[in-house]
Amino acid sequence: MKKKFDNHAQYIKYKVLKELIKSEKGGNLTKELLSIPERIIPGPNAGTRCCIYKERAIIGERIKNVLHTSKNPVVNIIDLACDECPVYRFSVTEACRGCLAHHCQENCPVGAIEIVNKRAHINQEKCIECGKCRDVCPFEAISDVKRPCKTSCKVEALNINPETKKAIIDKNKCINCGACVSRCPFGAITDKSHILDIMKIINESKHNTQYKVYCIVAPSISAQFPDAEIDNVVSAIKQLGFYEVVEAAIGADIVANYESKLLENELKHKKFITSSCCPAFVSYIKLKYPELIENISTSVSPMIATARLIRSTDENARIIFIGPCVGKKAEITCDNLKDDIQYSMSFEELIAFLDAYEIDPAECKGSPLDNASYFGRIFAHSGGVTKAIQNSIEEQNLNIELKPVICDGLEECDKALKLAKLGRLNGNFIEGMACKGGCVNGPVSLYKKKSGANIINTHANKAKEKSTKDSLRVFNLENINLEL
Amino acid sequence: MLELSICVGSACHLKGSYDVIEKFKKYINDNNLTNSIIIKAAFCLGHCTEAVSVKFNNKIYSVEPETAEIFLEEIVLTNII
Repeated sequence: MKKKFDNHAQYIKYKVLKELIKSEKGGNLTKELLSIPERIIPGPNAGTRCCIYKERAIIGERIKNVLHTSKNPVVNIIDLACDECPVYRFSVTEACRGCLAHHCQENCPVGAIEIVNKRAHINQEKCIECGKCRDVCPFEAISDVKRPCKTSCKVEALNINPETKKAIIDKNKCINCGACVSRCPFGAITDKSHILDIMKIINESKHNTQYKVYCIVAPSISAQFPDAEIDNVVSAIKQLGFYEVVEAAIGADIVANYESKLLENELKHKKFITSSCCPAFVSYIKLKYPELIENISTSVSPMIATARLIRSTDENARIIFIGPCVGKKAEITCDNLKDDIQYSMSFEELIAFLDAYEIDPAECKGSPLDNASYFGRIFAHSGGVTKAIQNSIEEQNLNIELKPVICDGLEECDKALKLAKLGRLNGNFIEGMACKGGCVNGPVSLYKKKSGANIINTHANKAKEKSTKDSLRVFNLENINLEL
Repeated sequence: MLELSICVGSACHLKGSYDVIEKFKKYINDNNLTNSIIIKAAFCLGHCTEAVSVKFNNKIYSVEPETAEIFLEEIVLTNII
Protein backbone atom coordinates (compact mmCIF):
# COMPACT_ATOMS: atom_id res chain seq x y z
CA MET A 1 0.00 0.00 0.00
CA LYS A 2 1.23 3.45 -0.85
CA LYS A 3 1.72 5.62 2.19
CA LYS A 4 -1.44 7.64 2.51
CA PHE A 5 -1.43 8.46 6.17
CA ASP A 6 0.54 10.45 8.64
CA ASN A 7 0.50 7.64 11.20
CA HIS A 8 -1.32 4.48 12.27
CA ALA A 9 -3.77 6.26 14.59
CA GLN A 10 -4.98 8.24 11.59
CA TYR A 11 -5.24 4.99 9.63
CA ILE A 12 -7.57 3.44 12.24
CA LYS A 13 -9.73 6.59 12.24
CA TYR A 14 -9.89 6.27 8.46
CA LYS A 15 -10.86 2.60 8.59
CA VAL A 16 -13.79 3.31 10.90
CA LEU A 17 -15.05 6.06 8.62
CA LYS A 18 -14.58 3.93 5.53
CA GLU A 19 -16.46 0.94 6.96
CA LEU A 20 -19.34 3.14 8.12
CA ILE A 21 -19.59 4.81 4.72
CA LYS A 22 -19.48 1.44 2.96
CA SER A 23 -22.34 0.09 5.07
CA GLU A 24 -24.39 3.27 4.69
CA LYS A 25 -23.83 3.22 0.94
CA GLY A 26 -25.14 -0.33 0.73
CA GLY A 27 -28.14 0.62 2.89
CA ASN A 28 -27.04 -1.88 5.55
CA LEU A 29 -25.70 0.38 8.28
CA THR A 30 -28.11 -0.74 11.02
CA LYS A 31 -27.60 -4.38 10.18
CA GLU A 32 -23.83 -4.22 9.98
CA LEU A 33 -23.13 -1.75 12.76
CA LEU A 34 -22.33 -4.34 15.40
CA SER A 35 -19.98 -6.26 13.15
CA ILE A 36 -17.86 -3.26 12.14
CA PRO A 37 -15.52 -3.45 15.19
CA GLU A 38 -14.81 -7.09 14.36
CA ARG A 39 -14.23 -6.27 10.71
CA ILE A 40 -11.62 -3.70 11.70
CA ILE A 41 -10.02 -5.73 14.51
CA PRO A 42 -10.23 -9.33 13.26
CA GLY A 43 -7.75 -10.71 15.82
CA PRO A 44 -6.68 -13.15 17.05
CA ASN A 45 -3.92 -10.98 18.54
CA ALA A 46 -4.28 -7.47 19.88
CA GLY A 47 -2.17 -4.74 18.26
CA THR A 48 -1.59 -2.13 20.95
CA ARG A 49 -4.12 -2.67 23.74
CA CYS A 50 -4.46 -5.45 26.29
CA CYS A 51 -6.81 -7.54 24.18
CA ILE A 52 -8.87 -7.47 21.00
CA TYR A 53 -12.04 -6.94 23.03
CA LYS A 54 -10.84 -3.60 24.32
CA GLU A 55 -9.65 -2.68 20.85
CA ARG A 56 -13.09 -3.52 19.45
CA ALA A 57 -14.80 -1.57 22.22
CA ILE A 58 -12.70 1.47 21.28
CA ILE A 59 -13.80 1.08 17.66
CA GLY A 60 -17.37 1.07 19.02
CA GLU A 61 -16.70 4.40 20.74
CA ARG A 62 -15.27 5.84 17.52
CA ILE A 63 -18.42 4.74 15.70
CA LYS A 64 -20.56 6.52 18.31
CA ASN A 65 -18.64 9.73 17.62
CA VAL A 66 -19.72 9.53 14.00
CA LEU A 67 -23.30 8.43 14.71
CA HIS A 68 -24.42 11.13 17.12
CA THR A 69 -25.72 14.07 15.15
CA SER A 70 -24.94 17.05 17.41
CA LYS A 71 -22.41 19.48 15.92
CA ASN A 72 -20.95 20.43 19.28
CA PRO A 73 -18.52 19.86 20.87
CA VAL A 74 -16.29 19.41 17.86
CA VAL A 75 -13.30 17.96 19.71
CA ASN A 76 -14.06 14.91 21.81
CA ILE A 77 -12.05 12.53 23.97
CA ILE A 78 -12.66 8.84 23.55
CA ASP A 79 -12.26 7.92 27.21
CA LEU A 80 -11.65 4.27 26.59
CA ALA A 81 -8.92 5.02 24.06
CA CYS A 82 -7.06 7.41 26.37
CA ASP A 83 -4.11 5.39 27.60
CA GLU A 84 -3.62 7.43 30.76
CA CYS A 85 -0.11 8.46 29.77
CA PRO A 86 2.14 9.42 32.70
CA VAL A 87 1.16 12.70 34.24
CA TYR A 88 4.51 13.33 35.87
CA ARG A 89 7.16 14.57 33.56
CA PHE A 90 10.41 13.29 35.11
CA SER A 91 11.04 9.87 36.54
CA VAL A 92 14.06 7.76 37.39
CA THR A 93 14.56 4.76 35.12
CA GLU A 94 16.29 1.41 35.53
CA ALA A 95 19.47 3.04 34.26
CA CYS A 96 20.02 4.64 37.67
CA ARG A 97 23.12 3.02 39.14
CA GLY A 98 22.66 4.39 42.62
CA CYS A 99 25.98 6.21 42.34
CA LEU A 100 27.94 7.90 45.07
CA ALA A 101 27.93 11.39 43.60
CA HIS A 102 24.16 11.98 43.67
CA HIS A 103 24.42 14.84 41.18
CA CYS A 104 20.65 14.73 40.83
CA GLN A 105 20.06 15.31 44.51
CA GLU A 106 22.76 18.00 44.74
CA ASN A 107 21.32 19.95 41.80
CA CYS A 108 17.64 19.71 42.62
CA PRO A 109 16.57 23.19 43.73
CA VAL A 110 13.56 21.96 45.68
CA GLY A 111 14.86 18.83 47.38
CA ALA A 112 12.59 16.54 45.42
CA ILE A 113 15.17 13.76 44.99
CA GLU A 114 15.18 11.14 47.68
CA ILE A 115 17.40 8.09 47.83
CA VAL A 116 15.29 5.00 48.31
CA ASN A 117 16.92 1.56 48.39
CA LYS A 118 20.21 3.14 47.27
CA ARG A 119 18.61 4.62 44.18
CA ALA A 120 17.26 8.03 43.27
CA HIS A 121 13.53 8.60 43.50
CA ILE A 122 11.63 11.77 42.56
CA ASN A 123 9.04 13.01 45.01
CA GLN A 124 6.43 14.20 42.51
CA GLU A 125 4.72 16.37 45.13
CA LYS A 126 7.86 18.53 45.32
CA CYS A 127 9.13 18.31 41.71
CA ILE A 128 8.81 21.56 39.76
CA GLU A 129 9.82 19.96 36.44
CA CYS A 130 12.92 22.12 35.94
CA GLY A 131 14.88 19.25 34.39
CA LYS A 132 18.16 19.89 36.24
CA CYS A 133 18.36 16.27 37.46
CA ARG A 134 18.04 15.03 33.89
CA ASP A 135 20.80 17.37 32.71
CA VAL A 136 23.33 16.34 35.34
CA CYS A 137 22.82 12.56 35.54
CA PRO A 138 25.95 10.91 34.07
CA PHE A 139 23.93 7.79 33.15
CA GLU A 140 21.05 9.68 31.50
CA ALA A 141 18.83 7.74 33.86
CA ILE A 142 16.13 10.38 34.22
CA SER A 143 13.42 10.10 31.63
CA ASP A 144 11.53 13.13 30.40
CA VAL A 145 8.03 12.27 29.23
CA LYS A 146 5.58 14.99 28.39
CA ARG A 147 1.96 14.02 27.90
CA PRO A 148 1.55 14.81 24.20
CA CYS A 149 -2.04 16.03 24.42
CA LYS A 150 -1.30 18.42 27.25
CA THR A 151 1.77 19.95 25.58
CA SER A 152 -0.09 20.31 22.29
CA CYS A 153 -2.78 22.46 23.90
CA LYS A 154 -1.74 26.11 23.99
CA VAL A 155 -4.77 27.33 25.92
CA GLU A 156 -4.68 24.97 28.93
CA ALA A 157 -8.03 23.56 27.86
CA LEU A 158 -6.72 20.04 28.09
CA ASN A 159 -6.33 18.71 31.59
CA ILE A 160 -5.95 15.39 33.30
CA ASN A 161 -8.69 14.08 35.54
CA PRO A 162 -6.76 13.41 38.77
CA GLU A 163 -8.87 10.40 39.65
CA THR A 164 -9.09 8.57 36.35
CA LYS A 165 -5.87 10.00 34.84
CA LYS A 166 -7.81 10.42 31.60
CA ALA A 167 -7.59 13.57 29.51
CA ILE A 168 -10.51 15.99 29.76
CA ILE A 169 -11.30 19.07 27.68
CA ASP A 170 -12.58 22.28 29.15
CA LYS A 171 -15.21 23.26 26.59
CA ASN A 172 -15.13 26.89 27.66
CA LYS A 173 -11.44 27.15 26.86
CA CYS A 174 -11.04 24.89 23.82
CA ILE A 175 -10.46 26.93 20.64
CA ASN A 176 -10.87 23.90 18.35
CA CYS A 177 -7.39 24.26 16.87
CA GLY A 178 -7.24 20.48 16.57
CA ALA A 179 -3.64 20.19 17.76
CA CYS A 180 -4.50 17.50 20.32
CA VAL A 181 -6.47 15.56 17.68
CA SER A 182 -3.39 15.09 15.55
CA ARG A 183 -0.94 14.76 18.44
CA CYS A 184 -2.50 12.05 20.62
CA PRO A 185 -0.48 8.92 19.73
CA PHE A 186 -3.40 6.70 20.75
CA GLY A 187 -5.90 8.50 18.55
CA ALA A 188 -8.00 9.11 21.65
CA ILE A 189 -8.94 12.65 20.72
CA THR A 190 -11.10 13.04 17.68
CA ASP A 191 -13.00 15.63 15.73
CA LYS A 192 -16.73 15.11 15.24
CA SER A 193 -17.48 13.59 11.85
CA HIS A 194 -20.71 14.34 10.00
CA ILE A 195 -19.95 12.09 7.08
CA LEU A 196 -23.25 10.20 7.39
CA ASP A 197 -25.23 13.47 7.49
CA ILE A 198 -23.34 14.61 4.40
CA MET A 199 -24.20 11.37 2.61
CA LYS A 200 -27.84 11.91 3.53
CA ILE A 201 -27.82 15.41 2.02
CA ILE A 202 -26.31 14.01 -1.19
CA ASN A 203 -28.79 11.10 -1.33
CA GLU A 204 -31.83 13.26 -0.71
CA SER A 205 -30.79 15.63 -3.47
CA LYS A 206 -31.80 12.79 -5.83
CA HIS A 207 -28.81 13.32 -8.11
CA ASN A 208 -28.95 17.08 -7.58
CA THR A 209 -32.50 17.40 -8.85
CA GLN A 210 -34.23 18.36 -5.56
CA TYR A 211 -31.49 20.86 -4.77
CA LYS A 212 -27.85 21.09 -5.71
CA VAL A 213 -25.02 20.02 -3.40
CA TYR A 214 -21.91 22.14 -3.83
CA CYS A 215 -18.55 21.37 -2.37
CA ILE A 216 -16.06 24.05 -1.40
CA VAL A 217 -12.47 22.82 -1.25
CA ALA A 218 -9.68 24.48 0.68
CA PRO A 219 -6.63 25.38 -1.44
CA SER A 220 -4.48 23.03 0.64
CA ILE A 221 -6.16 20.15 -1.21
CA SER A 222 -3.41 20.60 -3.79
CA ALA A 223 -0.94 19.07 -1.32
CA GLN A 224 -3.12 16.10 -0.33
CA PHE A 225 -2.98 13.73 -3.28
CA PRO A 226 0.63 13.28 -4.41
CA ASP A 227 -0.37 10.64 -6.98
CA ALA A 228 -3.10 12.62 -8.73
CA GLU A 229 -3.48 16.00 -10.36
CA ILE A 230 -5.95 18.40 -8.79
CA ASP A 231 -8.21 17.97 -11.86
CA ASN A 232 -8.49 14.26 -11.17
CA VAL A 233 -9.29 14.88 -7.51
CA VAL A 234 -12.09 17.29 -8.42
CA SER A 235 -13.53 14.78 -10.83
CA ALA A 236 -13.37 12.12 -8.10
CA ILE A 237 -15.20 14.40 -5.64
CA LYS A 238 -17.94 14.98 -8.22
CA GLN A 239 -18.34 11.22 -8.58
CA LEU A 240 -19.32 11.13 -4.91
CA GLY A 241 -22.47 12.99 -5.93
CA PHE A 242 -21.52 16.65 -5.64
CA TYR A 243 -22.94 18.91 -8.30
CA GLU A 244 -19.99 21.26 -8.49
CA VAL A 245 -16.65 21.79 -6.75
CA VAL A 246 -15.68 25.39 -6.07
CA GLU A 247 -12.35 26.50 -4.66
CA ALA A 248 -12.42 28.35 -1.33
CA ALA A 249 -9.60 30.43 -2.79
CA ILE A 250 -12.16 32.50 -4.72
CA GLY A 251 -13.57 33.43 -1.30
CA ALA A 252 -10.02 34.27 -0.25
CA ASP A 253 -9.81 36.67 -3.20
CA ILE A 254 -13.07 38.23 -2.06
CA VAL A 255 -11.75 38.53 1.50
CA ALA A 256 -8.41 40.03 0.39
CA ASN A 257 -10.25 42.59 -1.68
CA TYR A 258 -12.71 43.42 1.10
CA GLU A 259 -10.29 43.31 4.01
CA SER A 260 -7.83 45.68 2.34
CA LYS A 261 -10.60 48.29 2.04
CA LEU A 262 -11.63 47.57 5.61
CA LEU A 263 -8.03 48.11 6.73
CA GLU A 264 -7.92 51.48 4.99
CA ASN A 265 -10.95 52.60 6.99
CA GLU A 266 -10.23 50.97 10.32
CA LEU A 267 -6.57 51.92 10.56
CA LYS A 268 -7.61 55.57 10.60
CA HIS A 269 -8.78 55.11 14.17
CA LYS A 270 -7.28 51.78 15.27
CA LYS A 271 -3.63 50.98 15.83
CA PHE A 272 -3.83 47.54 14.26
CA ILE A 273 -6.18 44.91 12.83
CA THR A 274 -5.81 41.15 12.94
CA SER A 275 -6.79 38.70 10.21
CA SER A 276 -9.97 36.68 10.76
CA CYS A 277 -9.61 33.76 8.36
CA CYS A 278 -8.27 31.25 10.91
CA PRO A 279 -11.09 30.37 13.32
CA ALA A 280 -8.75 29.02 16.01
CA PHE A 281 -6.73 32.26 15.97
CA VAL A 282 -9.91 34.31 16.31
CA SER A 283 -11.07 32.11 19.20
CA TYR A 284 -7.63 32.46 20.78
CA ILE A 285 -7.93 36.25 20.83
CA LYS A 286 -11.45 36.06 22.27
CA LEU A 287 -10.28 33.72 25.01
CA LYS A 288 -6.89 35.15 25.94
CA TYR A 289 -7.05 38.77 24.83
CA PRO A 290 -10.70 39.84 25.07
CA GLU A 291 -9.61 43.49 25.20
CA LEU A 292 -8.38 43.10 21.59
CA ILE A 293 -11.65 41.75 20.18
CA GLU A 294 -12.43 45.05 18.50
CA ASN A 295 -9.17 44.74 16.55
CA ILE A 296 -10.22 41.51 14.85
CA SER A 297 -11.16 42.04 11.22
CA THR A 298 -14.93 41.91 10.82
CA SER A 299 -14.63 40.19 7.46
CA VAL A 300 -16.02 36.68 7.13
CA SER A 301 -13.58 33.87 6.34
CA PRO A 302 -12.85 32.74 2.75
CA MET A 303 -14.98 29.62 3.36
CA ILE A 304 -18.03 31.72 4.28
CA ALA A 305 -17.39 34.24 1.48
CA THR A 306 -17.32 31.38 -1.04
CA ALA A 307 -20.52 29.93 0.38
CA ARG A 308 -22.27 33.28 0.13
CA LEU A 309 -21.03 33.73 -3.43
CA ILE A 310 -22.46 30.32 -4.37
CA ARG A 311 -25.73 31.04 -2.59
CA SER A 312 -26.04 34.35 -4.44
CA THR A 313 -26.26 32.27 -7.63
CA ASP A 314 -28.40 29.46 -6.17
CA GLU A 315 -30.39 30.26 -3.05
CA ASN A 316 -31.40 26.64 -2.61
CA ALA A 317 -27.82 25.38 -2.56
CA ARG A 318 -26.58 22.88 0.02
CA ILE A 319 -22.92 23.51 0.71
CA ILE A 320 -20.25 21.24 2.19
CA PHE A 321 -16.73 22.43 2.99
CA ILE A 322 -13.73 20.11 2.65
CA GLY A 323 -10.49 21.11 4.31
CA PRO A 324 -7.60 20.32 6.65
CA CYS A 325 -9.21 22.09 9.57
CA VAL A 326 -10.96 21.19 12.82
CA GLY A 327 -11.75 24.83 13.59
CA LYS A 328 -13.92 25.14 10.48
CA LYS A 329 -16.22 22.49 11.97
CA ALA A 330 -16.76 24.82 14.91
CA GLU A 331 -16.90 28.01 12.84
CA ILE A 332 -19.95 26.83 10.88
CA THR A 333 -21.92 26.36 14.10
CA CYS A 334 -21.70 30.08 15.02
CA ASP A 335 -25.17 31.63 15.20
CA ASN A 336 -24.57 34.14 12.43
CA LEU A 337 -22.93 31.61 10.09
CA LYS A 338 -24.93 28.45 10.59
CA ASP A 339 -27.03 28.88 7.45
CA ASP A 340 -24.02 29.37 5.19
CA ILE A 341 -22.45 25.93 5.28
CA GLN A 342 -24.30 22.72 6.10
CA TYR A 343 -21.29 20.62 7.12
CA SER A 344 -17.52 20.68 7.14
CA MET A 345 -15.54 17.59 6.21
CA SER A 346 -11.84 16.84 6.74
CA PHE A 347 -9.35 15.54 4.19
CA GLU A 348 -9.24 12.39 6.34
CA GLU A 349 -12.96 11.95 5.82
CA LEU A 350 -12.64 12.70 2.10
CA ILE A 351 -10.13 9.92 1.53
CA ALA A 352 -12.34 7.46 3.46
CA PHE A 353 -15.35 8.59 1.40
CA LEU A 354 -13.49 8.08 -1.89
CA ASP A 355 -12.05 4.71 -0.88
CA ALA A 356 -15.40 3.42 0.37
CA TYR A 357 -16.86 4.28 -3.05
CA GLU A 358 -13.79 2.70 -4.69
CA ILE A 359 -13.00 5.92 -6.54
CA ASP A 360 -9.31 6.38 -7.26
CA PRO A 361 -8.56 10.00 -8.20
CA ALA A 362 -5.55 8.87 -10.24
CA GLU A 363 -7.92 6.98 -12.55
CA CYS A 364 -10.51 9.75 -12.88
CA LYS A 365 -10.87 11.83 -15.99
CA GLY A 366 -9.87 15.41 -15.28
CA SER A 367 -12.29 18.13 -14.32
CA PRO A 368 -10.69 21.51 -13.74
CA LEU A 369 -10.69 23.63 -10.57
CA ASP A 370 -10.14 27.21 -11.54
CA ASN A 371 -11.86 30.37 -10.38
CA ALA A 372 -9.48 31.98 -7.95
CA SER A 373 -6.32 33.93 -8.54
CA TYR A 374 -2.78 33.16 -7.45
CA PHE A 375 -3.34 35.31 -4.37
CA GLY A 376 -6.51 33.56 -3.25
CA ARG A 377 -4.74 30.24 -3.38
CA ILE A 378 -1.71 31.22 -1.31
CA PHE A 379 -3.96 31.93 1.71
CA ALA A 380 -3.23 28.29 2.52
CA HIS A 381 0.29 28.93 3.77
CA SER A 382 1.74 31.24 6.37
CA GLY A 383 2.45 34.67 4.90
CA GLY A 384 -0.02 34.17 2.04
CA VAL A 385 -2.82 36.27 3.51
CA THR A 386 -0.45 39.20 3.93
CA LYS A 387 0.81 38.92 0.34
CA ALA A 388 -2.75 38.80 -0.98
CA ILE A 389 -3.80 41.86 1.02
CA GLN A 390 -0.70 43.75 -0.01
CA ASN A 391 -1.57 42.99 -3.63
CA SER A 392 -5.18 44.12 -3.13
CA ILE A 393 -4.01 47.39 -1.59
CA GLU A 394 -1.84 48.08 -4.64
CA GLU A 395 -4.53 47.00 -7.09
CA GLN A 396 -7.08 49.35 -5.60
CA ASN A 397 -4.61 52.19 -4.99
CA LEU A 398 -5.59 52.34 -1.34
CA ASN A 399 -4.03 54.89 0.88
CA ILE A 400 -2.41 52.72 3.55
CA GLU A 401 1.02 51.47 4.33
CA LEU A 402 0.65 47.88 5.50
CA LYS A 403 3.09 46.92 8.21
CA PRO A 404 2.41 43.22 8.65
CA VAL A 405 3.37 40.98 11.55
CA ILE A 406 3.17 37.42 10.24
CA CYS A 407 2.54 34.87 12.98
CA ASP A 408 3.19 31.27 12.08
CA GLY A 409 1.56 29.08 14.73
CA LEU A 410 -0.17 29.94 18.01
CA GLU A 411 3.04 30.63 19.92
CA GLU A 412 4.03 33.40 17.52
CA CYS A 413 0.44 34.68 17.57
CA ASP A 414 0.62 34.95 21.34
CA LYS A 415 3.86 36.95 21.24
CA ALA A 416 2.38 39.47 18.80
CA LEU A 417 -0.87 39.76 20.72
CA LYS A 418 1.01 40.29 23.97
CA LEU A 419 2.95 43.17 22.40
CA ALA A 420 -0.24 44.54 20.86
CA LYS A 421 -1.94 44.53 24.24
CA LEU A 422 0.94 46.56 25.65
CA GLY A 423 0.74 48.95 22.69
CA ARG A 424 4.18 47.88 21.50
CA LEU A 425 3.31 45.96 18.33
CA ASN A 426 5.74 46.77 15.55
CA GLY A 427 3.14 46.82 12.81
CA ASN A 428 -0.49 47.49 11.98
CA PHE A 429 -1.69 44.12 10.71
CA ILE A 430 -1.39 40.73 12.42
CA GLU A 431 -1.71 37.71 10.19
CA GLY A 432 -2.50 34.88 12.57
CA MET A 433 -2.56 31.19 11.79
CA ALA A 434 -2.92 28.60 14.53
CA CYS A 435 -1.21 25.82 12.60
CA LYS A 436 2.50 26.07 11.99
CA GLY A 437 3.09 26.61 8.28
CA GLY A 438 -0.56 27.55 7.80
CA CYS A 439 -3.63 25.59 6.67
CA VAL A 440 -1.52 23.28 4.53
CA ASN A 441 -0.40 21.63 7.78
CA GLY A 442 -3.89 21.45 9.25
CA PRO A 443 -4.51 18.79 11.91
CA VAL A 444 -6.91 16.67 9.86
CA SER A 445 -4.94 16.65 6.63
CA LEU A 446 -3.26 13.51 5.38
CA TYR A 447 0.16 14.84 4.61
CA LYS A 448 1.97 17.31 6.75
CA LYS A 449 5.12 17.90 4.80
CA LYS A 450 7.70 20.64 4.96
CA SER A 451 7.30 21.16 1.22
CA GLY A 452 3.62 22.06 1.68
CA ALA A 453 4.13 25.77 0.95
CA ASN A 454 5.96 24.96 -2.30
CA ILE A 455 3.14 22.70 -3.47
CA ILE A 456 0.64 25.49 -2.69
CA ASN A 457 2.73 27.99 -4.67
CA THR A 458 2.96 25.66 -7.67
CA HIS A 459 -0.82 25.22 -7.55
CA ALA A 460 -1.28 28.98 -7.19
CA ASN A 461 0.88 29.66 -10.22
CA LYS A 462 -1.40 27.53 -12.38
CA ALA A 463 -4.39 29.81 -11.78
CA LYS A 464 -5.73 31.33 -14.97
CA GLU A 465 -6.45 34.60 -13.22
CA LYS A 466 -3.23 36.15 -12.06
CA SER A 467 -4.56 38.69 -9.59
CA THR A 468 -7.53 39.26 -7.33
CA LYS A 469 -8.92 42.03 -9.51
CA ASP A 470 -9.03 39.59 -12.44
CA SER A 471 -10.66 36.72 -10.58
CA LEU A 472 -13.41 38.94 -9.16
CA ARG A 473 -14.11 41.04 -12.23
CA VAL A 474 -17.38 39.33 -13.14
CA PHE A 475 -19.00 39.04 -9.73
CA ASN A 476 -21.45 41.53 -8.24
CA LEU A 477 -19.97 41.56 -4.78
CA GLU A 478 -22.05 44.53 -3.58
CA ASN A 479 -24.95 42.16 -3.03
CA ILE A 480 -22.96 39.78 -0.83
CA ASN A 481 -22.74 40.45 2.88
CA LEU A 482 -19.12 39.97 3.94
CA GLU A 483 -19.48 41.16 7.52
CA LEU A 484 -19.42 38.67 10.36
CA MET B 1 -36.58 41.98 -17.99
CA LEU B 2 -34.67 39.23 -19.75
CA GLU B 3 -32.34 37.09 -17.70
CA LEU B 4 -29.09 35.55 -18.84
CA SER B 5 -27.24 33.08 -16.62
CA ILE B 6 -23.63 32.55 -17.52
CA CYS B 7 -21.70 29.61 -16.15
CA VAL B 8 -18.66 30.62 -14.14
CA GLY B 9 -17.81 27.08 -13.02
CA SER B 10 -14.18 26.03 -13.51
CA ALA B 11 -14.61 24.40 -16.92
CA CYS B 12 -16.48 27.35 -18.43
CA HIS B 13 -14.16 29.82 -16.75
CA LEU B 14 -11.18 28.23 -18.49
CA LYS B 15 -13.07 28.47 -21.79
CA GLY B 16 -13.50 32.20 -21.31
CA SER B 17 -16.78 32.68 -19.45
CA TYR B 18 -15.41 35.76 -17.66
CA ASP B 19 -14.68 37.27 -21.09
CA VAL B 20 -18.17 36.36 -22.29
CA ILE B 21 -19.67 38.16 -19.27
CA GLU B 22 -17.52 41.22 -19.87
CA LYS B 23 -18.54 41.31 -23.53
CA PHE B 24 -22.22 40.98 -22.55
CA LYS B 25 -21.89 43.75 -19.97
CA LYS B 26 -20.15 46.06 -22.42
CA TYR B 27 -22.73 45.42 -25.13
CA ILE B 28 -25.60 46.01 -22.69
CA ASN B 29 -24.05 49.28 -21.48
CA ASP B 30 -23.13 50.53 -24.95
CA ASN B 31 -26.65 49.88 -26.23
CA ASN B 32 -28.56 51.18 -23.18
CA LEU B 33 -30.04 47.80 -22.41
CA THR B 34 -29.40 47.80 -18.64
CA ASN B 35 -33.12 47.99 -17.99
CA SER B 36 -33.93 45.16 -20.36
CA ILE B 37 -31.31 42.49 -19.72
CA ILE B 38 -29.95 41.22 -16.43
CA ILE B 39 -26.79 39.16 -16.20
CA LYS B 40 -26.33 36.49 -13.55
CA ALA B 41 -23.52 34.08 -12.75
CA ALA B 42 -24.12 30.38 -12.09
CA PHE B 43 -21.73 27.72 -10.86
CA CYS B 44 -22.11 25.02 -13.50
CA LEU B 45 -25.07 24.64 -15.81
CA GLY B 46 -24.29 21.03 -16.48
CA HIS B 47 -22.89 21.29 -20.01
CA CYS B 48 -19.20 21.24 -19.25
CA THR B 49 -17.96 19.68 -22.47
CA GLU B 50 -19.13 22.44 -24.80
CA ALA B 51 -18.11 26.11 -24.95
CA VAL B 52 -19.28 28.56 -22.27
CA SER B 53 -22.82 27.68 -21.15
CA VAL B 54 -25.38 30.46 -21.16
CA LYS B 55 -28.93 29.89 -19.97
CA PHE B 56 -31.67 31.94 -21.59
CA ASN B 57 -35.41 31.21 -21.53
CA ASN B 58 -34.68 27.84 -19.90
CA LYS B 59 -32.48 26.78 -22.79
CA ILE B 60 -28.72 26.27 -22.57
CA TYR B 61 -26.65 27.83 -25.32
CA SER B 62 -22.98 27.35 -26.01
CA VAL B 63 -21.26 30.70 -26.45
CA GLU B 64 -17.65 31.67 -27.05
CA PRO B 65 -16.14 35.07 -26.29
CA GLU B 66 -15.92 35.62 -30.06
CA THR B 67 -19.60 34.83 -30.61
CA ALA B 68 -20.94 36.69 -27.57
CA GLU B 69 -22.22 39.71 -29.48
CA ILE B 70 -23.78 37.68 -32.26
CA PHE B 71 -25.52 35.54 -29.64
CA LEU B 72 -27.01 38.62 -28.00
CA GLU B 73 -28.17 40.07 -31.28
CA GLU B 74 -29.55 36.91 -32.82
CA ILE B 75 -30.95 35.03 -29.84
CA VAL B 76 -31.60 37.49 -27.04
CA LEU B 77 -32.48 40.81 -28.59
CA THR B 78 -35.11 39.28 -30.87
CA ASN B 79 -37.08 38.74 -27.65
CA ILE B 80 -37.09 42.38 -26.61
CA ILE B 81 -39.49 43.94 -29.09
